[in-house]
Amino acid sequence: MNKPVNEQLLEIGGQAQSLPSVPHYLLRNAERYRDKIAMRHKDLGIWREWTWADLLVEVRRFSLGLAQLGLQPGDKVAIIGNNRPRLYWTFAAVQAIGGVPVPVYADSVAEEMGYVLDHAGIRFAVCQDQEQVDKVLSLQDKLVGLEYLIYDEDRGLRAYDQNQVLAFDYVQTLGDQAVERDVGAVASWCDAIDNIKPDELCVMLYTSGTTGRPKGVMLSHRNLILTCLNANRFDSLSDREETIAYLPLAWVGDHVFSYGQSYTAGYCVCCPESPDTVTSDRREIAPSYFFAPPRVFENLLTSITVNMEDAGRVKRKMFDYFINVANKHGEKILNGERVSPIGSLMYGLGRIFVYGPLKNRLGMSKVRVAYTAGEAIGPDIFRFYRSLGINLKQLYGQTEASVYITAQPDGQIDADTVGTPSLDVEIQIADNGEVMYRSPGVFLGYYKNDEATQSTKTADGWVHTGDAGFIDDAGHLRIIDRSKDVGKLNDGGLFPPKYIENKLKFFSDIKEVVAFGDGRDYVSVFVNIDLTAVANWAERNNIVYGSYQELAAHPDVYEMVHAHVKKVNADLAAEPRVASAQIKRFLVLHKELDADDGELTRTLKVRRNFIVERYGELIDALYSDKTEQFVSTTVTFEDGRSGKIEATVQIQDVEGFNHHAVHSAAEVSA
Amino acid sequence: MSTPANAHGDSPATTEPGVVAAAGDNEAQRREQLLSVENVTLTFGGVKAISDISFNILKGEIRAIIGPNGAGKTSMLNVINGFYHPQKGRISYKGKTRKRMKPYQAASSGIARTFQNVALFSGMSTLDNIMSGRSLKMKRGLIWQMLHVGPARREEIAHREHVEHIIDFLEIAHIRKQPVGKLPYGLQKRVELGRAMAMEPELLLLDEPMAGMNLEEKEDMSRFILDLNSEFGTTIALIEHDMGVVMDLADRVVVLDYGQKIADGTPAEVQSNQNVIDAYLGVAH
Repeated sequence: MNKPVNEQLLEIGGQAQSLPSVPHYLLRNAERYRDKIAMRHKDLGIWREWTWADLLVEVRRFSLGLAQLGLQPGDKVAIIGNNRPRLYWTFAAVQAIGGVPVPVYADSVAEEMGYVLDHAGIRFAVCQDQEQVDKVLSLQDKLVGLEYLIYDEDRGLRAYDQNQVLAFDYVQTLGDQAVERDVGAVASWCDAIDNIKPDELCVMLYTSGTTGRPKGVMLSHRNLILTCLNANRFDSLSDREETIAYLPLAWVGDHVFSYGQSYTAGYCVCCPESPDTVTSDRREIAPSYFFAPPRVFENLLTSITVNMEDAGRVKRKMFDYFINVANKHGEKILNGERVSPIGSLMYGLGRIFVYGPLKNRLGMSKVRVAYTAGEAIGPDIFRFYRSLGINLKQLYGQTEASVYITAQPDGQIDADTVGTPSLDVEIQIADNGEVMYRSPGVFLGYYKNDEATQSTKTADGWVHTGDAGFIDDAGHLRIIDRSKDVGKLNDGGLFPPKYIENKLKFFSDIKEVVAFGDGRDYVSVFVNIDLTAVANWAERNNIVYGSYQELAAHPDVYEMVHAHVKKVNADLAAEPRVASAQIKRFLVLHKELDADDGELTRTLKVRRNFIVERYGELIDALYSDKTEQFVSTTVTFEDGRSGKIEATVQIQDVEGFNHHAVHSAAEVSA
Repeated sequence: MSTPANAHGDSPATTEPGVVAAAGDNEAQRREQLLSVENVTLTFGGVKAISDISFNILKGEIRAIIGPNGAGKTSMLNVINGFYHPQKGRISYKGKTRKRMKPYQAASSGIARTFQNVALFSGMSTLDNIMSGRSLKMKRGLIWQMLHVGPARREEIAHREHVEHIIDFLEIAHIRKQPVGKLPYGLQKRVELGRAMAMEPELLLLDEPMAGMNLEEKEDMSRFILDLNSEFGTTIALIEHDMGVVMDLADRVVVLDYGQKIADGTPAEVQSNQNVIDAYLGVAH
């Protein structure tokens, strides 16, 4: 039934041998890995599987159906929803007929989504469920080009206008009918794939935008394929890997890990039952290749800590003892360095009693390569996972680079660096300290935004990252901060906000921090407590509270945060470069910073400028001698409605340290 | 994903062929009466909990019973599902008038309910709690089930599949294996609804399904109730205090006060009824 795949390899990019487009890889995999599992999805409590051959059939049916509905080459198709097989199939189905998939963050509020859909000029939208269909329909007046909405889950959607809102199955049936009418349809579908050129637009990914409106990053087939092939080579990923897809579809990371690399390497991608079941689903799957932003590792560690605190005394003692052993020897063993016989014996015992069961709980017992990126990860958190024997590494990437800029090679791991340049990537540091790169993955441009393209990408292909950094003696890149964010205090001292914020965020009780100080006399911070960790702590200490707001304002919570800030000040004082950036005043925010309120991006990064505007009065209070400040904030619910939160927020002073004092104290204790 | 083979498959009232009902059929279905309560009076000693109340519930509708505290709402539900036996009056369900019915008879004739205070098996998992709702549908006896072979095993698999559809429907996959006693209240309410759904009821009685929930949980629950009604065609009678919820959900509302019916009609009609306003806001007697 399948047309023989054109196995002739095209040479693109001059070095790696590769096929010209992602759908070509689908055809290849359906032949080469015919009976290998390509995708799994947990549905009704059972893992269902598709082989690559099945996948080809599903994609082709849907693709032919889309063509029947009139999808033309160049048309944009929005993909909105969680990680579900059908949404992944949509990518290939659209690309096969020359269309351009545009994944959209599923949790964006209607207005935000409207901007992207309108800007991209989408013609079809493939949605997961009623919630997303409703959102798109509510924007319909503004979306002139929108013709069809296609949905995956049919619940609540049967009463909708069947001329415009169609079921995924139905579109696939349209594809089947096309084949029934004309047997040649399959062959001509394959021919159309053969005509895709490597430099054609492959996918459009909107950046979440810490500043301003999202921008549509255009990636070509060549960008994606070469980057993925290089990444596969770097970590020797093969068709034997298994990975779990749980990060937003619209994020470049997921697109590369769960789509690009899977198609180019032929490995299996597993879709969880629902976003809430990822942890237990991961445990069942035990992926060999795993990616997570630091936040996920932080949350996992928080839940381990919380669970251990609730555990019995014997278990707790055992856990503490062996985690100490791991701290001493774990990283060395992972890096292949020599360890004393006693050390390796104890570590071996620890593996049996603690690390093994723990890794199994985390669903990481088979992890061969795990990556973290997106933000700096706390050195302690990073080391904790590595000491358990999990090969966790850091990478540095951007949507504009099809992810990979640098990555840590096995065995050359340092919590403070992001590794060496990835294969085929060149890096240079501009005079102002900004990191720049050039690679085969460099994007074509921003969609309908030449101005931004020109200011980001130079004529000879170098891209500005917007991050300040330097290359250390070992050839590893270190990122200091977003170059735009690094400021100066009035006394001339350096103010690296990210650096300070990360130090505080590494405490498990603290979820988010925003530091101020540029052009000010001293540094002050907003703190967001981590509800999971603090609630558990409150329970154990008999602290009664009725809401997040009440807990955040509790004197004992303040005392705890105060201690953390003091500890960070001591750390900062020990480093001459940032000693003047010690925190003088802080407050604990009365609400959690939230992407729905525009305070965080969809990838959960702090939007500094927005927060400065929104909480102006609190910031003013931090730079006065007030000890409390009333504040009233509008909050937005996911359906677009809004409400108000009011609170009087306490402000506390923290004592600083003298640089020399700390130094001599350290000497004394040594 | 296919809909669970469900709802009206075994109901004698289903006459139209196929599952998809055109708008016209739907209207016809709506007019059919599922349950009627005629002149029912219920007394406990000298206390009249319900006096001379008549109303009906039509097939496929969402019927709300509202009223101030002590109006007799829960007593009314208890009468409908056979827990209390009224001293006077008649209740007909699916055209059959009944004198006395035990709760289990009500259950096997297609009436399921949830309770004002969650009544789950707190030591059992979500899955097991919902499975317990299938016990009436299990055909194999104790011995078969203990042996767990052949037909008993096949039967259990079929029931489990049905339950998994419910878990999926109510979005509680993440707590499938957790003991319900440890779950937050809002989720326990959802599990309880799941157990009632597992009986594939024709008439579902919900006693304050949203009591003690926050706004978000209420919205979720409302969505489940609406979907349950529209996807499976389940007729729903619910007691609720939150007027906003009642007005959004219900097709028709009956209002009780001091054991008497004071209004009956669409939400809009009821809302503008002077008796109702007086009952809720209080009036000088």
